[in-house]
Amino acid sequence: MPAVHGGERRWEAEAAPGMAAARPLALLVLLVLGPGGWGFADPPRDSLREELVITPLPSGDVAATFQFRTRWDSELQREGVSHYRLFPKALGQLISKYSLRELHLSFTQGFWRTRYWGPPFLQAPSDTDHYFLRYAVLPREVVCTENLTPWKKLLPCSSKAGLSVLLKADRLFHTSYHSQAVHIRPVCRNAHCTSISWELRQTLSVVFDAFITGQGKKDWSLFRMFSRTLTEPCPLASESRVYVDITSYNQDNETLEVNPLPTTTYQDVILGTRKTYAVYDLHDTAIINNSRNLNLQLKWKKPPENEAPPVPFLHAQRYVSGYGLQKGELSTLLYNTHPYRAFPVLLLDTVPWYLRLYVHTLTITSKGKENKPSYIHYQPAQDRLQPHLLEMLIQLPANSVTKVSIQFERALLKWTEYTPDPNHGFYVSPSVLSALVPSMVAAKPVDWEESPLFNSLFPVSDGSNYFVRLYTEPLLVNLPTPDFSMPYNVICLTCTVVAVCYGSFYNLLTRTFRIEEPSTGGLAKRLANLIRRARGVPPL
Amino acid sequence: MGLLSDPVRRRALARLVLRLNAPLCVLSYVAGITWFLALAFPPLTQRTYMSENAMGSTMVEEQFVGGDRARGFARDFAAHRRKSGALPVAWLERTMQSVGLEVYTQSFSRQLPFPDETHERYMVSGTNVYGILRAPRAASTESLVLTVPCSSDSTNNQAVGLLLALAAHFRGQIYWAKDIIFLVTEHDLLGTEAWLEAYHDVNVTGIQSSPLQGRAGAIQAAVALELSSDVVTSLDVAVEGLNGQLPNLDLLNLFQTFCQKGGLLCTLQGKLQSQDWTSLDGPLQGLQTLLLMVLRQASGRPHGPHGLFLRYRVEALTLRGINSFRQYKYDLVAVGKTLEGMFRKLNHLLERLHQSFFLYLLPALSRFVSIGLYMPAAGFLLLVLGLKALELWMQLHEAGVGLEETGGGSGPSALHPPAQGVGLTSLVAPLLISQAMGVALYILPVLGQHVATQHFPVAEAEAVVLTLLAIYAAGLALPHSTHWVVSPQAPDRGWMALKLVALIYLALQLGCIALTNFSLGFLLAATMVPTAAVTKPHGPRYVLVSPHLSQCLCLHHRARPHSISLSPTWCLYSYHGAYTDVVPPSRPLYAALLVLTSPAATLLGSLFLWRELQEAPLSLAEGWQLFLTALAQGVLEHYTYGALLFPLLALGLYPCWLLFWNVLFWK
Repeated sequence: MPAVHGGERRWEAEAAPGMAAARPLALLVLLVLGPGGWGFADPPRDSLREELVITPLPSGDVAATFQFRTRWDSELQREGVSHYRLFPKALGQLISKYSLRELHLSFTQGFWRTRYWGPPFLQAPSDTDHYFLRYAVLPREVVCTENLTPWKKLLPCSSKAGLSVLLKADRLFHTSYHSQAVHIRPVCRNAHCTSISWELRQTLSVVFDAFITGQGKKDWSLFRMFSRTLTEPCPLASESRVYVDITSYNQDNETLEVNPLPTTTYQDVILGTRKTYAVYDLHDTAIINNSRNLNLQLKWKKPPENEAPPVPFLHAQRYVSGYGLQKGELSTLLYNTHPYRAFPVLLLDTVPWYLRLYVHTLTITSKGKENKPSYIHYQPAQDRLQPHLLEMLIQLPANSVTKVSIQFERALLKWTEYTPDPNHGFYVSPSVLSALVPSMVAAKPVDWEESPLFNSLFPVSDGSNYFVRLYTEPLLVNLPTPDFSMPYNVICLTCTVVAVCYGSFYNLLTRTFRIEEPSTGGLAKRLANLIRRARGVPPL
Repeated sequence: MGLLSDPVRRRALARLVLRLNAPLCVLSYVAGITWFLALAFPPLTQRTYMSENAMGSTMVEEQFVGGDRARGFARDFAAHRRKSGALPVAWLERTMQSVGLEVYTQSFSRQLPFPDETHERYMVSGTNVYGILRAPRAASTESLVLTVPCSSDSTNNQAVGLLLALAAHFRGQIYWAKDIIFLVTEHDLLGTEAWLEAYHDVNVTGIQSSPLQGRAGAIQAAVALELSSDVVTSLDVAVEGLNGQLPNLDLLNLFQTFCQKGGLLCTLQGKLQSQDWTSLDGPLQGLQTLLLMVLRQASGRPHGPHGLFLRYRVEALTLRGINSFRQYKYDLVAVGKTLEGMFRKLNHLLERLHQSFFLYLLPALSRFVSIGLYMPAAGFLLLVLGLKALELWMQLHEAGVGLEETGGGSGPSALHPPAQGVGLTSLVAPLLISQAMGVALYILPVLGQHVATQHFPVAEAEAVVLTLLAIYAAGLALPHSTHWVVSPQAPDRGWMALKLVALIYLALQLGCIALTNFSLGFLLAATMVPTAAVTKPHGPRYVLVSPHLSQCLCLHHRARPHSISLSPTWCLYSYHGAYTDVVPPSRPLYAALLVLTSPAATLLGSLFLWRELQEAPLSLAEGWQLFLTALAQGVLEHYTYGALLFPLLALGLYPCWLLFWNVLFWK
């Protein structure tokens, strides 16, 4: 999953409705076959590959991306599996019990700044179908060490050996971006997909702020970033490698220097551009044995000048416009900076129900003209039950800014529905952009199992495009909030008093009062008068 | 309510109201003014205290040491500014980039409705530069703003230097949870307005500007900085914003906390803070500060760039470095530490500033008057209008019934016969005509400036002001144009009905204004209420007093600053005393009084009072010149920032005042 969104947790799972019906049957089979015990004839094959990619970003910051991939040739949902080796049992049971098709869970702190850092490195698979998808975002959750520890425990070597020794919490959380994720998905074992294996990818990407850690210099080393060095590979891993992006942007090979010198290099087309990586294989004894540890260092021979970083072809910005507490407008700016190619973008927005969207105000303009989306799916919100869902396919003209805006009204919540800190505001989750962006260089189709892990997360259907999924920033919207303190009570009380007084005064003003002669009296008096009249005495 | 629904008691009550009306009115007015003057004294003023938990208990340790760096930046900035003659945009961009910010620019242009002669600008175009420090711990959902306005005269260089040095210092810290925007605006407030409108993607005032490329979520608080020298003797803080809006009191408390911590000398309204509140000196000085604040708030102008932020519910204040002839001076490090402390505390905020007061008056930095305590002053003044209206209403009824129930009270059948007798139709013409005068006053000056410049030898700005005054004065001829509609049958009923309507209209307007901008409401009520209450076509039966009043005004004018607080009460005494004098009716005298309390005259009077309180008294000619400038600025601020004082006076209070003028000249 590309974790490109702001401090938040995302849970994404795919479960086919049909699977629910099949589950009791599978359980039954398990019960019948279980005691027989001949299902364990040959233990399922599993393997672990670990990899660290270090990329100097266009802005001068350094991104480090860890990937740990466990692949298990076992049909977890069909076979009764009770023996786990590399694959974590907790997740395996989750798959078999809930008939999970696919699961992506990520925890992120900070925000991936696409405009300055380029397109995000880790991306979601392109084959998700939103129709079956369950998608949820919690934008106000923060991520901390207590999320990292259980994540590390899922690793076969934990943090004892291999690349995971670098995962030291106090360094990882002193970064401008931190995103850890778990991706579970089935992969085909052969070309016809007659049987599947399960793949678990644990990824962690961090962006080190070169400005703070390097006092203005852009040199870095493993020790400076993680305050650890690499000493040995994880003995359980079949492959343990470090890749360093040494692509020089200005065709001048003399600008940077890596130490120790790499034994091999690797070249490929990543995200539409040709990249060169220095490869360090931890299983290669020569690398570790020299000094008992590996501390990779990169020095810029001449400091890179402060030129504007190359702007990626697709980036986006989202904000709330307007002021006051009644109405507002959600605006999303989509930038296509490609000089001559237009491409379509799928925009997915989920907006909480307490922002009441006015769908008739949805406007999409690019280059001053109205841009009609080729597909719109809108599912209105239900109060307290479900959010708005708005999905559109928009063609972005070449070299343009497209503005998607929709007005909303801020709803008044019931007074018990406010959070304990209502004046902080309410979060609106980021919108999701999925696009096939034209490449600069045509990419060759690659063999998944052979190529590095970072290459195989984003398969390209044809070489002229690459898939990008971006997340815009989450928004903070203020809702009309009662003052829950003393003045609120005072206002309530005063309003009650005023209401009571108003009623009486209105009554007084609209009525005419007359002085009426007193009536002739009650029954007793009348009787008395009758008797008096009969007696000839004047009445009372 | 039983008291009112019993006809006998009701009649008695009505009689009481009628008989004691005049004393009650005077009492109420005196009570209102006295209450207001008492606001500066301890039982009504309270000590300020920090309400916001997140900013309260924990102290931060300021580490800013970049004084030399700030001075270096300021020197370079000044040099580049002198060379280019405008804001050195490219240099600023480069420098902000070099300290590690994300830098963006925004260009804007605005054609003012007429040339602004005080700032010497008409067609304005400029560029704002801002850099965003991205907080590592958040996803750009919230931000803080530090802004420095640069106008065409080359001041404020040191503020830009300090801003850059602070940016460099802040960039090296890892604790930021809110993005920080460092904004340098050109053409001071016009630039700020352009930036704010573009940031919130709205167009309120018709300014043209390029859209913003970079944003940083919801702005939680803003601080504007104005410094013109390397060293300061004190920091002055301005809180009054557009249309009298004020920032949350906690922001001011925060500033005061760090002033005390750093030992900085802080002033409010340019006045030093008295520490001694037990004797009379402190409150008296507080009263001066309070009056200054009331005058500034009533003007509805943004007194610094912070004033424009308040519309977007961004709590903001402006800090001005003052360099006077005091011995002890502070350098930029002290100012920088104060700002650093404030920003670090604001960074702690979990919620928007909302705990403390939004509506308050300040007799000193450490003392405040809350809304619950100052509102009665306006309430007492408005009660006069209510009492007068009640009296008129009853008299109208009485007149309708005839003399069957002498002594007042609404008789049994009082409601029906007078309804036709009040002659509401006769009120339509004066109401419509005076309202039309108001509309003309609002529209014509700016609309007709070109016609005026073609036919008269004046500049546009002069034309606007002169047209304004001309239309204002032309309104005085209104009664003569409405005479033809007045029915001759019931001459008394006519003016009484008109006055009744005018009183209610005035009370409603002043009530609404006092709720949103107390100072403006109170000032207008204090001047307009007495004359509005006693206006009569024949002149008042026992009158006023122009000798007394003019004497009082003279005294007022000559009074020494320290005795000023007493002189209004004195005025009242003489006024009160004059009430008992029986003077034969004299309409011209009365008209003069009404003119003296019209909204324009109030403005003129306020200007004199303002300068008097600042201990820089005006001569008459200077005052008049300042008055003309203020008129032009008022109109201009309505068009450029959306200030509401001009439309409020032109469309609301001026027509209302004309109604009273009409009453006075009723035949």
